[in-house]
Amino acid sequence: MKRHRYLPMTAQDESDMLAVIGASSTEDLFADIPASVRYSGELPMSGALDEAGLLRHLRALSDRNADADRHVSFLGAGIYDHHIPVVIQHVISRSEFYTAYTPYQPEISQGELQAIFEFQSYICELTGMKVANASMYDGATALAEAAALASGATKRKRIVVSRAVHPEARDILRTSARGQGLEIVEVGCADGVTDLGALAAAVDAETAAVLVQTPNFFGCLEDIPAIEALVHDRRGLLVTSVNPLSLGLLESPGALGADIVVGDAQPLGIPMSLGGPTCGFFAVTEALMRRMPGRIVGQTTDSEGRRGFVLTLQAREQHIRREKATSNICSNQALLALCASVYLSVMGRAGIREVASLNLSKARYALGRLGALPGVEIAFPSPIFNEFAVKLPAGTDVAAFQAKLLAAGYWGGYDLGRTYPELSGHLLVAVTERRTREEIDGFVQAWEASL
Amino acid sequence: MSGHRDKALIFEMSKPGRVAYSLPACDVPEVEASSVVPARLLRTEPAALPEVYEVDVIRHYTELSRRNFGVDNGFYPLGSCTMKYNPKLNEDAARLPGFAKIHPYQPEESLQGAMELLYTLQRDLAALTGMDEVTLQPAAGAHGEWTGLMLIRAYHESRGETRTKVIVPDSSHGTNPSSATAAGFETITIPSDASGLVDLDALRAAAGADTAALMLTNPNTLGRFESQIAEIARIVHEAGGLLYYDGANSNAIMGIARPGDMGFDVVHLNLHKTMSTPHGGGGPGAGPVGVKARLAPFLPKPVVGRRGDGTYYWDEDRPRSIGRVKPYYGNFGILVRAYAYIRSYGPAGLRRVSECAVLNANYMMHRLAPYYEVAYPGVCKHEFVLSGKRLRAFGVRTLDVAKRLLDFGYHPPTVYFPLNVEECIMIEPTETESKETLDGFIDVMIRIAREAEEEPDLLLQAPHTTIVKRLDEATAARRPVLNCHCE
Repeated sequence: MKRHRYLPMTAQDESDMLAVIGASSTEDLFADIPASVRYSGELPMSGALDEAGLLRHLRALSDRNADADRHVSFLGAGIYDHHIPVVIQHVISRSEFYTAYTPYQPEISQGELQAIFEFQSYICELTGMKVANASMYDGATALAEAAALASGATKRKRIVVSRAVHPEARDILRTSARGQGLEIVEVGCADGVTDLGALAAAVDAETAAVLVQTPNFFGCLEDIPAIEALVHDRRGLLVTSVNPLSLGLLESPGALGADIVVGDAQPLGIPMSLGGPTCGFFAVTEALMRRMPGRIVGQTTDSEGRRGFVLTLQAREQHIRREKATSNICSNQALLALCASVYLSVMGRAGIREVASLNLSKARYALGRLGALPGVEIAFPSPIFNEFAVKLPAGTDVAAFQAKLLAAGYWGGYDLGRTYPELSGHLLVAVTERRTREEIDGFVQAWEASL
Repeated sequence: MSGHRDKALIFEMSKPGRVAYSLPACDVPEVEASSVVPARLLRTEPAALPEVYEVDVIRHYTELSRRNFGVDNGFYPLGSCTMKYNPKLNEDAARLPGFAKIHPYQPEESLQGAMELLYTLQRDLAALTGMDEVTLQPAAGAHGEWTGLMLIRAYHESRGETRTKVIVPDSSHGTNPSSATAAGFETITIPSDASGLVDLDALRAAAGADTAALMLTNPNTLGRFESQIAEIARIVHEAGGLLYYDGANSNAIMGIARPGDMGFDVVHLNLHKTMSTPHGGGGPGAGPVGVKARLAPFLPKPVVGRRGDGTYYWDEDRPRSIGRVKPYYGNFGILVRAYAYIRSYGPAGLRRVSECAVLNANYMMHRLAPYYEVAYPGVCKHEFVLSGKRLRAFGVRTLDVAKRLLDFGYHPPTVYFPLNVEECIMIEPTETESKETLDGFIDVMIRIAREAEEEPDLLLQAPHTTIVKRLDEATAARRPVLNCHCE
């Protein structure tokens, strides 16, 4: 390997540079690596491909996946097939955004800093919270960070989490709790929502926080006002994980008394991409501001009085506080936060409500049609947003049923039996604004034919 | 407050009645939310988002992009960040519908192409690092560190041992100690020796029955290779601890030396550094973790497995796993880009990448040495550290040099890190910069050193050419304004 399109080094460059260094070969520059740890020979890795060959190979891999252009998706469970406005890809393809690092040098990073400031503003507006950070890895890890924050703020170690929170988010919470010595107590469900009686019994003076998700994993809306009263009676913190798109219609968690609001911005213009990368958001009350993890952008002025933006409140962060930092996170999902910001700019005041309404109407339509099929039952009576659980006729082989739907061109829903043994034989069905009446009707017919 | 050159916030561009969206008419019976959702759960006031039209959106974000600086705009020698060129093919690859428009809960049989890519990447990264198994779940370097430490914790616990301390050198990244805290460990910081390397006596004194791990970057953050790595590994292993490799500096050693062969037990790689995936203005990245076989049972689940018939599956059957660290399967879109990068070079090409990165760094260090003090002289790897303390005599600090560089169209190097070098300037050119680019930057650095002596005000007042001048960071932190409260 001597020449490559990404490498400018010529033989002449190499010898000129070595002459300046006073080395006789590039190999000399590695003389400080002892022979005992040197690798000799060629690594057993995938081989090089030319540009056309590489594109062909990648396309061939891509073509072996069933994609949402060729299939009609009724899958949700945290990742949704929403319409992505065309302008988003154009904006995030501006390489001034995507090839930049974290905006450490504010004078030449005002674009990114302002974009993040606007993202924080959007998240505050949607969630009704006072302060939001520059984003987190995803909604699930943001929830685990919220638990850690709550424990630190309340000096309590017990976290109560609803079983209606996304199973993978609870998995991550359990993993991270082990590191931090937190005790996780799970509370069960009734009618597809957190069992308030069980919750009341679980929350006590040792409870740092109650973690709920709404719409929850089953698509049902939690009774946040009732939960709020319960948590705050015991001086714990209320952490809610929310679908940001639903907030076009639903009351903001801030107005309902949440202390920490997290969620995943994937519904806001971010491709599904096998579930990642997405973008978590994290918003808190003013009282918790200086305990927040992650990057935060603030407004200030320059030496001539012009408005400008900087990374701020950095005294919380690892590069200054090291082992005493509020979190080890030192990045954000800036490019995907930008997706979300552009999405919200496009939707605007009217669009966010309209798209949320469309989701609700289409989901209710599908719920009505599927629920009318013989032997099929809507699992829970609780109110929903754009997703709901369906009980299949007794004895249905869920995997075989889904395979039939896939063969008919549909992603049929999430098999709840995977993570909730008591719900085996149940499918979680999501219906976004992308689904037409014709597609929903076709889906219903495919059910009739497959059951 | 606003001067005439302020860029409006998108919220300030709003005019009631404008729209930028296009939604389908509702083709099913429209449901009034209040008829199916209790009133107390519904919004009474619409969220106060701006009302703009599509041209506003495009011009706004295009203008913001013009107020930003990326690798495509110019030289970005930000030490420890490996700001190499982000190949365009990789961007196109991640946008292919079979990668961008797939759902994590699709049936396995409908994801075989994606799973083959992930499996191959697991194997390629294992080969590159000299490890036995790899998880692709972690989302970033810090996330990988924390995952690796949780694996180490699980390993010690499985042997009935309680080990509470993680040792880090004083030159380590700040994420090392903060990840240790998040994983429930106490951090012991040991000093570097006179040549900037791990002080073996200090390590011997710190290592003991309570040592869970040593976290080390090699080459370290000073750009120096820890030549005594075999002895370091022996000390830690004899104390019963494990070695954690912070892969931030892997761009120096691809195909030349492998952490696994140096004695490391756990390693993370920053795909957004070494494997060219774009930094995105702060993310997304990816921080896969590789482990030696004895730690493999504890890896987060699932990993991608390959059956005898050549099909791929999510291997969830890992009873000793630490659990999940990331929903679904990691930052897949980033993993696609990293895989494309590996295939664009192959193993011989990756080795050449590291050779060129190291050659570029040594060349710059030699040319700059007469003007700025090299903190630890000797051969460097992919980056090197200068000290600007000589300029203090003229009332000039490293920060001023950095700000003056902005006037010449460069992104400054990393400054004030690592913490053990006064007035630190950390330069990492990467392999994708040409000799002409390096020479141009070096000439400007030399000129700035002269300006510091002759016209220090030029530096103290810098930058002169940017859209804003130095910003008041103290007020920003003291009286935080963190959103526009536009309503």
